[in-house]
Amino acid sequence: MPKVTFIEHNGTAHTVEAANGESLMRAAVDNNVPGIDGDCGGECACATCHVYVEADWWEKVGGRTETEETMLSFAAATKDNSRLCCQIMMSDALDGIVVHTPDGQH
Amino acid sequence: MNHISMDAVRAAEARAWSTPLADLAPADPQLFKDNAHWAYFERLRKEDPIHFTRDSEFGPYWSITKYKDIMAVDTNHKVFSSLSTLGGIAIRDQRADFPLPMFIAMDPPIHDAQRKVVSPIVAPGNLAILEHTIRERAQTILDGLPRGEAFDWVDRVSIELTTQMLATLFDFPFHDRRKLTRWSDVATSVAGPGGVVETEEQRQAELRECAGYFMTLWNQRVNAPPTTDLISMLAHGESTRNMTPQEFLGNLILLIVGGNDTTRNSLTGGLYAFSKFPAQYQKLRANHDLLDSTVPEIIRWQTPLAHMRRTAVSDIELGGKHIKAGDKVIMWYVSGNRDEEVIENPNELVVDRARPRQHLSFGFGVHRCVGNRLAEMQLRIVWEEILKRDLDIEVLEEPERVMSTFVRGYTSMPVRIRN
Ligand code: HEM
Repeated sequence: MPKVTFIEHNGTAHTVEAANGESLMRAAVDNNVPGIDGDCGGECACATCHVYVEADWWEKVGGRTETEETMLSFAAATKDNSRLCCQIMMSDALDGIVVHTPDGQH
Repeated sequence: MNHISMDAVRAAEARAWSTPLADLAPADPQLFKDNAHWAYFERLRKEDPIHFTRDSEFGPYWSITKYKDIMAVDTNHKVFSSLSTLGGIAIRDQRADFPLPMFIAMDPPIHDAQRKVVSPIVAPGNLAILEHTIRERAQTILDGLPRGEAFDWVDRVSIELTTQMLATLFDFPFHDRRKLTRWSDVATSVAGPGGVVETEEQRQAELRECAGYFMTLWNQRVNAPPTTDLISMLAHGESTRNMTPQEFLGNLILLIVGGNDTTRNSLTGGLYAFSKFPAQYQKLRANHDLLDSTVPEIIRWQTPLAHMRRTAVSDIELGGKHIKAGDKVIMWYVSGNRDEEVIENPNELVVDRARPRQHLSFGFGVHRCVGNRLAEMQLRIVWEEILKRDLDIEVLEEPERVMSTFVRGYTSMPVRIRN
């Protein structure tokens, strides 16, 4: 299965598997990765699965949707490389992707 | 439970199942005061999850009762408006007098612009700064509680803590802190004999006093170097320092009201729930790490706001029902949080649920509660301190409940600390 690495705010890395088509949020939550809350369960309705995508992967994950753009604008410490990872679906092209989590979800 | 309220619950339960479906009207404040609304929603979730009530003291309204349908309405702000001029966000239409602009009762894009201003103030980074002071104040309150004698948990703990926390957030003069509670109660009240305020004139006068008080604080802070309290942040923030006095007050009152009785009633609701599910408390007592899941679970179980209201601005079909432009639509969070299709054993407080944050108490979508992590932090601190002291708190009687279809809360709950 493809893999994704979440790096916590304090630097701790967690590499977990995600099936193709499964969201990175789901993979994080199912594997108890700290720093990803995913309160709404993947509806793009809460902004608590906020991540920063590493530069190498930014082009590959695709763009934000309109709703995601709005929800992200309310999140804390949003940056140019911010995404809600419930909107990033795993694929072979994303195998090995690295994302960072913020100091807290809000 | 005392006999009167038990009878009320049984009678309401019988009515819930025997009333012809077309006449079923769950938005009855007395039902909520008697804690007797559950059967109404259980029936609606089973038989008519999107239900129309033709006639009520609040006029006609739709009841949305299932988790997924509520999510669909909450995330569709283009069709379901929060605008105050259409009636606002509660089943009782918002009054046109004393209008204060609050983004909870606005739609995008204005809503989004205002929310962005307030949101960073209650973001995790800032909360960490406040945590220490809030904890100290919680410790002082808990250590000052009487032992071995009855007292009112609502007044001595829930109100006092919530008020002190608000005072901390605003760096509000400490000796005047109960004014915050009062203004919050007044702002959300309906004037009438025996109510929080007797007349509309009284209501307006008290809110003017509130406005004056806060304008004084604003002027003090705007002329002083920036600090980390909320008023100073608003006064110095790039996007907020040019707010009109109306906007400033609106945002401030929204933060007070938003954070006041919701948190207060979660503090009472948690203790009440533990008295109903003592084995769950023992589980937590044996493993304090479970607080991470216990806190959101308390907020789900309590559902401090029973509903949010929207007004449809265009026709839409939902679950086979035709909602028309102009219709009042009630998202019953209190029902969605008991939806057995989404939450296992929903009536029970379970301290170690796998997905404790999947609940509707904070809403979802663009209006999702901005203070959600702040509320959780406050509850976490209080329960950490209670657990540290291993207080053995006995609930002596059923609590008295608020008469409201909106705020699900308690006016008193006698308790005793046994150790
Ligand atoms: C357990 C405690 C709390 C509960 C259950 C609660 C619940 C809610 C709900 C249901 C909404 C509307 C969501 C929607 O329409 O989708 C909301 C919005 C809001 N809450 Fe809370 N709240 C709590 C604590 C707080 C605190 C502590 C604050 C103070 C910072 C706060 C400030 C707000 C604000 C400003 C909004 C408006 C957000 C918007 O319209 O964009 N709340 N809250």
